[in-house]
Amino acid sequence: MRTTAQKLSMVAVIGAVALALTSCTSQEAEQPSAAPPSPGSTVTLVTYDSYQISDETFDSFTDETGVKVEIVRAGDGAQVVNRALLTKDTPEGDVLFGVDNNLLSRALSDDLFEAYQPEAVAELPAELTDGTDGVVTPIDTGDVCINYDRAALKKRGIDPPETLADLSKSDYRGLLVVENPATSTPGLAFLLATIAEFGTDGFQDYWKQLRDNDVLVENSWDSAYYQQFSGGSGEGDRPMVVSYATSPAAEVIFAEKPPKEAPTAAMLSSCYQQIEYAGLLQGATNPAGGRALLDFMLSQTYQSDLPLNNFVYPVVGSATVPPEFDEFAPKPSDPAELPASEVDANRETWVEQWTTVVQP
Amino acid sequence: MDNRGAAIVGKTARLLVLAVPVGFLLLFFGFPVVNLLLTAFGQDEALVQIWAALGNARVGGVLWFTLWQAVCSTLLTLAIALPGCWVMARFRFRGRGVVSALAVVAFVMPTVVVATAISTVLADNGPLGWLLPPGADRGIGAILVAHVYFNLAVVLRVVSSYWAQLDPRPGEAAAVLGASPWRVWWSVTLPRLRPAILASAAIVFLFTFTSFGIVLLLGGPGQATIEVEIQRQVLFLFNVPAGAALSVLQIIFVLFILVLQTVLSRRLAAGDGVDARLRRPSRRADRISVVTFVFVSLLVFGGPPVSVLLRALESGGGWGIDNFTSLASQDGRTVLSVSPLTAVGNSLLYAAVATLIAVTVGGLMALAIARTKTSVWEGIWLLPLGVSAVTLGFGLLITFDEDPIAWRSSFFMVPIAQSLVAIPFVVRSLVPALRAISPHVLEAAATLGASPRRVLRHVQLPLAGRAALVAIGFSLAISLGEFGATLFVARGDRPTMPIAIYRLLGTPGETNQGQAMALAAILILLTGLFVLLTDRWRTAGERYV
Repeated sequence: MRTTAQKLSMVAVIGAVALALTSCTSQEAEQPSAAPPSPGSTVTLVTYDSYQISDETFDSFTDETGVKVEIVRAGDGAQVVNRALLTKDTPEGDVLFGVDNNLLSRALSDDLFEAYQPEAVAELPAELTDGTDGVVTPIDTGDVCINYDRAALKKRGIDPPETLADLSKSDYRGLLVVENPATSTPGLAFLLATIAEFGTDGFQDYWKQLRDNDVLVENSWDSAYYQQFSGGSGEGDRPMVVSYATSPAAEVIFAEKPPKEAPTAAMLSSCYQQIEYAGLLQGATNPAGGRALLDFMLSQTYQSDLPLNNFVYPVVGSATVPPEFDEFAPKPSDPAELPASEVDANRETWVEQWTTVVQP
Repeated sequence: MDNRGAAIVGKTARLLVLAVPVGFLLLFFGFPVVNLLLTAFGQDEALVQIWAALGNARVGGVLWFTLWQAVCSTLLTLAIALPGCWVMARFRFRGRGVVSALAVVAFVMPTVVVATAISTVLADNGPLGWLLPPGADRGIGAILVAHVYFNLAVVLRVVSSYWAQLDPRPGEAAAVLGASPWRVWWSVTLPRLRPAILASAAIVFLFTFTSFGIVLLLGGPGQATIEVEIQRQVLFLFNVPAGAALSVLQIIFVLFILVLQTVLSRRLAAGDGVDARLRRPSRRADRISVVTFVFVSLLVFGGPPVSVLLRALESGGGWGIDNFTSLASQDGRTVLSVSPLTAVGNSLLYAAVATLIAVTVGGLMALAIARTKTSVWEGIWLLPLGVSAVTLGFGLLITFDEDPIAWRSSFFMVPIAQSLVAIPFVVRSLVPALRAISPHVLEAAATLGASPRRVLRHVQLPLAGRAALVAIGFSLAISLGEFGATLFVARGDRPTMPIAIYRLLGTPGETNQGQAMALAAILILLTGLFVLLTDRWRTAGERYV
């Protein structure tokens, strides 16, 4: 009887211990660092929600290496980086794409990535590799600018805004939708554009005026552009949105009947440059596959597929850019920029100050 | 074997039985809480940092919003539920069981689903859209409606069962002496109901104070509870110390409310002890009240789920099951990295494992609690368990990150988190049932030579079996719908249904919205099924909160 009573309790204890132990056996099979990727394995790419790429592009990667690609979308840009930081060393994938120049220091300071750059990085212009410390790889660039719906503004009898200051005028009341800089990288880039324009002392006042002018804040670029913006493929009723300099070209390319003029336009005096990077995550389960994927992301195939899927410029000069980009999406000649060190030191403070003003 | 030997064996067995739940809670609850404290207080110049972090976190505004929305939600729930309590406490009528079952289903409905349902109902083109100004599908109005929807069941159950046991004669006497019905209610009935009202109010206050999914999905700008703010600080701003400081603050508040609630619930035990004598509504006025109550209840409890089901069946301007058939597809371009149908499988598997853990750990806890005579013990046992879901998930995420306990990528992290949320419900449905077993029966069995194990197996388990089924049903439903803790610990490639619904809702496009509705509909049906199946086994008048 003694034994059965004890057994009963022991079974319970052992059960709990076994449960704890089985949960230990996570996937930790490390591969030697320089090994080629093993065919048949899977490499997981962690990225933001609006990321797109043609199926054929990753198919050709699989043909080349035998490695399959899985995509895990983890929210908007800033959320992807934060989630990765929170699960550091036990990452949700092997490669992270989507950290931008404005958030890079947050990722680098926390050793989120294992240092690896493809050989092709050597051929990129120095301004793109600045600050990457040999850890992450620049993949594309874009300019975050205010976009406006030409027809909607015309219908209201308003001229397109020319400067950021114009946006606070009563003419533009209730017309603008922006992304939350805490969650979205274009949102953060636009906040930085306003800081570059009005200074660290003046930007809060400017945002107060925008708030009083009924600016709408969305957490993601997706919902700002597709749900709130009225121009092009947007289904909302706000004729101005924070998007990219290349978005008007996208509207032309994806229109059912190619129009002579893009239905939307970018306000080139409001732009801020964004560089997007990819890196091998610390603790990746398939580091060899991850390195191969990073190499592939600088290939002609991948780089030429980027513009039409994500409306960004490839970093590799020889990659093809659709002609519509030149015709309908002129690059801003002088995008705003803040010194990286200043952004690193003040980013969190600025976002909190913004939040206090706009979303008290 | 002599008696002393048996006593020692009994004691060892008891200690071992105790060791499992205590070990589990220390590891998966105590340890993360200590880690949260260390994260908040372990920085250089901790207090200065925390003060700055909390100052940045707009903590004053957040606290104020958390508090006043909880107070308003509680008062509103009480005001709406009390007339219903009267009907439930006094009358026997057709549909009584249905209403009470529906209320319970509403109570365990996943927050993500209720938020979806409420905003569907209140949307400008929804059935109640005309009632409210445009855009009222988000904001404080929608939050209050959702909170009331959830918590009506709490007040209905607690107050009406207490009310039914109140001696009706003092009220009748007052009426005979010429008091108006209003006067009787105000001066006689209401004061006597106070213990039940206060106890249920404390529970509702706790639930709404720690509300997460509802406020996250329905809150407008600047409307954040402490839970939502923790999530914002951690996932949006990556301000982990501020998140930890807020979590510690939240834990303190919750402990305070739980102590209050335990004290208030203890006074609940002492009613008049009159047997509930439900009568048929004979007077015309009574019949009108009963019919109105049943009608309104069906509308209130049934409306939101039905509106989700209908939305899920919409397809391209007509009706169809396209939203459901599309769940199996995964085209690689959507926000989910797997097909939505995989999320259904994930959820069911997680819920099964979580229920196994919750019923094992919670059952052993309940046995230990039921052995102690005082309810003070019960309160102390349950104290650590009232802690809110986001705090739990966040604590688990930042604790199990390093060897030898780097388990956060393990499959078991999600069910463990879910079981922690479900355990209090398991304990609370088992303890009363175990206590109700007369100690004389147990003593008699022991005297006749039954070992503790035999007593457990042949006496306690059969008698508590029904309560155990209820506990299983609740665990399943709660684990299926759990959102706050799961949001932190679920992996991107293994989403649960609530996570998938949340992600799909936040993504534009007809297909995504339709899939979200179809998943919500499946979740409603599964939750309803689990609760209704086990509700049939519930004995009349039994309380689970």
